Amino acid sequence: MGYEPQADFGTPPVQSDQPVTLAIDGRAVTVPAGTSVMRAAAESGGSIPSLCATDSVKAYGSCRMCLVEIEGRKGTPASCTTPVEPGMVVHTQTSRLQRLRRGVMELYISDHPLDCLTCSANNVCELQDTAAEVGLRDVRYGYAGANHLGLPTDSSNPYFDFDPCKCIACSRCVRACDEVQGTFALTIAGRGFASTVSAGQAGDDFLSSECVSCGACVQACPTATLQEKAVKEIGKPERAVVTTCAYCGVGCTFRAEMRGEQLVRMVPWKDGKANRGHSCVKGRFAWGYANHRDRVLEPMIRDSIEDPWRVVSWDEAFAYTAERLNAIKARHGARALGGITSSRCTNEETFLVQKLVRAGFGSNNVDTCARVCHSPTGYGLKTTFGTSAGTQDFDSVMQADVILVIGANPTDAHPVFASRMKRRLREGAKLIVIDPRRIDLVRMPHVEAAHHLPLQPGTNVAVLTAMAHVIVTESLADEAFIRERCDWDEYQDWARFVADERHSPEVLEAVTRVPAADLRAAARLYATGGNGAIYYGLGVTEHSQGSSTVMAIANLAMATGNIGRPGVGVNPLRGQNNVQGSCDMGSFPHELAGYRHISDSATRGLFEQDWGVALNPEPGLRIPNMLDAALDGSFRALYIQGEDILQSDPNTHHVAAGLKAMELVIVHDLFLNETAGYAHVFLPGSTFLEKDGTFTNAERRIQRVRKVMEPANGLADWEVTQQLAQAMGLNWDYRHPAEIMAEIARLTPSFAGVSYDHLEEAGSLQWPVNAAAPDGSPVMHVDGFVRGKGRFVVTDYVPTDEKTGPRYPLLLTTGRILSQYNVGAQTRRTANTVWHEEDLLEIHPADAENRGIKSGDWVRLASRTGETTLRADVTDRVAPGVVYTTFHHPATQANVVTTDYSDWATNCPEYKVTAVQVMPSNGPTDWQESYASWAERSRRVAREPAE
Amino acid sequence: MDLARLHHMANQIARNLAAQGEEAAIAATAQHIRDFWEPRMKAAILGSDRSPLDPIARAALERLDDA
Ligand code: SF4
Ligand code: SF4
Ligand code: SF4
Ligand code: FES
Repeated sequence: MGYEPQADFGTPPVQSDQPVTLAIDGRAVTVPAGTSVMRAAAESGGSIPSLCATDSVKAYGSCRMCLVEIEGRKGTPASCTTPVEPGMVVHTQTSRLQRLRRGVMELYISDHPLDCLTCSANNVCELQDTAAEVGLRDVRYGYAGANHLGLPTDSSNPYFDFDPCKCIACSRCVRACDEVQGTFALTIAGRGFASTVSAGQAGDDFLSSECVSCGACVQACPTATLQEKAVKEIGKPERAVVTTCAYCGVGCTFRAEMRGEQLVRMVPWKDGKANRGHSCVKGRFAWGYANHRDRVLEPMIRDSIEDPWRVVSWDEAFAYTAERLNAIKARHGARALGGITSSRCTNEETFLVQKLVRAGFGSNNVDTCARVCHSPTGYGLKTTFGTSAGTQDFDSVMQADVILVIGANPTDAHPVFASRMKRRLREGAKLIVIDPRRIDLVRMPHVEAAHHLPLQPGTNVAVLTAMAHVIVTESLADEAFIRERCDWDEYQDWARFVADERHSPEVLEAVTRVPAADLRAAARLYATGGNGAIYYGLGVTEHSQGSSTVMAIANLAMATGNIGRPGVGVNPLRGQNNVQGSCDMGSFPHELAGYRHISDSATRGLFEQDWGVALNPEPGLRIPNMLDAALDGSFRALYIQGEDILQSDPNTHHVAAGLKAMELVIVHDLFLNETAGYAHVFLPGSTFLEKDGTFTNAERRIQRVRKVMEPANGLADWEVTQQLAQAMGLNWDYRHPAEIMAEIARLTPSFAGVSYDHLEEAGSLQWPVNAAAPDGSPVMHVDGFVRGKGRFVVTDYVPTDEKTGPRYPLLLTTGRILSQYNVGAQTRRTANTVWHEEDLLEIHPADAENRGIKSGDWVRLASRTGETTLRADVTDRVAPGVVYTTFHHPATQANVVTTDYSDWATNCPEYKVTAVQVMPSNGPTDWQESYASWAERSRRVAREPAE
Repeated sequence: MDLARLHHMANQIARNLAAQGEEAAIAATAQHIRDFWEPRMKAAILGSDRSPLDPIARAALERLDDA
């Protein structure tokens, strides 16, 4: 495929059932009412020259380049701001128009450096195209007058430059930042000729401004003023392949724009239904890790973790690993073997790893990193609604009237979805935030929460029960909905329970620390404010009552009838790109693909027949239990694909001890991660750019991942798993991931209609895709719940066992920030580190003062489990008694302090509540120092002398 | 297996299900362990000293003994 830029229709599409027919240059054109003349012309294959219009932002009408003539009207209106009307007769190319446009163009060009031949945007510049389109050959004013040509370039952003000499002050960037991203970082400063774009306040550059580096302005800019540095360095792209971001669960789709085998840039794909043409700094720019020098490209083995690594061929690596796996199985039985699937890998790869464990190893000891994030979502939503997934598509938020965000920080963790949400809030939807921290959404430009309930960490269930109390006792429940859609008896049991006085906001205030009046007002707003939509994240799930909280959320939505149509619903914001998919694919030890219990003999029979082996009917071990069993000696070998459990799982010391006790740890990853310090086999992984497959995002949307370059390590991840299986004696023979998807579809009812051909045709599909919903299901539970009747589950507040006391008086909670991603293995290897060099501990000024701590000081953070040091950030974003940090850097190892406590139903760790003490310190702890030297030692590689 | 951890897990399940009423909570606790625990874990807790367990968890294990 050659390089074609994405089509630009000039103004955004309009939703309307009313068609309007008009004539443009003699052609009859029909478009929805409200569409601009410019867009109507573009949709019918014509084109009107333009400079200040682009279809990601509203028309502005400033450049006067898009003038047209309309029969019966005076003058020459701007086509971008003129809506179509029935019977309108429009002319876009007349000699008068040409003259006018040429005059306008001449003014622009007279203030523009004419270095087109050497400009990095040469041939991909709209100004140049438009000049050619209007036939401008000559500039009468000369270039000697006042112009902007001497202004310096702002190169402060690591990914794009701002060269004001080339700016035509069209304000597309400003509007993109306001309307698309919602950050309001840019302004046009000055007036008339002196006007220029400026980031932040006077004296700011892009880096020091509010800019979050989403790239929307760069994409909107018609000139080379705002341009990716990579385009300058590598050159213009020659081809483009549509693929899906491998960072977070929003699942943005991009055009990977390539020059030869080199990736030049990732440009958000306008037709992507998850992101609608938008992106964040990670997906847009932070892909440099893909060819970072730390990436390991050759397999390595060692007999003991004390030995240096030995580089071997793929064949030797597979033979060695298979032989050791088979030997352990022969000695200790299948139950000694297990695997961990990755939420970063594709559905097909995840499916293969769990298949290898169940059919090859012969155990059900397979788990996934969702254990530590959204396993309670799976449990809670399956119990109440019947499906382990969110109920809506992202578009649904545009019809919400009240948005309740609980335990989520979308502007940092799900930024592209957050931009949609902010847009809806600017349109007037009301916002309720339930979070111990004052997250950005609580107050930001043009967004302000109606209520922020800053609860004590660990009291989610109490807060939600108190809200339910208000809804039931003030008769705000939607009884008609409940009678029709839910089990009425169960509802009544639940309603009696929550109505009890001990669940009133006034009584529970002692526990939650949320003022009762605020909580009542928030409950009333959610119940009566129109379409109520709940969005939640790990602040809900990563608690000892994570599953109860998910069910309490589901109860609230059912009680208020906020389920089963656009604009409402229960929406988990999933962390990793394919965490939904990895759960769907049967990564949990008790479930086969499609969430069917392993004890169900009919389902098992289906798989047994297809795979030609007998499967164990008993559930397998979860990750924490694998580690326990390793210490017992009954669990001995673990294959870990694309996960760094030493860094991401709680209680690092316990994880390390468990790994150390194993005979064989196989790490399959891009980098020698922290877990690899305890590994005996390292299998190099491939990046999302190097393989075909699918990811499933938080809205159940299955999207294609497409290979844009050959795997640098020689094999895509699915091929590595397949060759390991073959070395163990399994007769697998997949030639392409499409064949794996065919197997998934054949064995999983909710995927029955999914195939690569269908995905190609539809762009993306939201499961279930089956006979009842051949094109997928944007909104679930429309005519009834998947389980039949919606189930109200009584959820009682049970305080966590992790309690503060005199030695550990503060509560630590954890989270993430925009520019870094999880354990940071990828983002730390990109220029994103300019925004976050280290993890900081947020502490309230009162707590800091008591301890003599100032911002920037080193502090010792200690819990009952362990201690670490990091620097303090004194801020009232956190309440007194609460401290907060991120976990992106191995040097900090925030999980050294987190505990083994976990969700009662799923063992999802209680990351969000740890009792700690914070004290001033001079630097790293002994443990940090000894770990650093151990980590370095464990990465040694012995190079064989060349033959 | 780490018995203290298994006892803690069983008690936690029982306490979270207790609000459903005793009989339902016992049945649900037993079912939860049956559905989600690996045989090694079940065997370890069934063979352990049950004194650290809450009454609901203990009664649930008795149902699993009988099964
Ligand atoms: S990169 Fe994004 S946040 Fe930064 S100025 Fe451009 S649009 Fe605004
Ligand atoms: S930077 Fe680009 S988009 Fe912004 S005003 Fe200048 S030319 Fe227009
Ligand atoms: S929002 Fe998520 S999926 Fe979208 S570009 Fe950013 S990291 Fe990637
Ligand atoms: S494109 Fe219409 S006025 Fe600029």
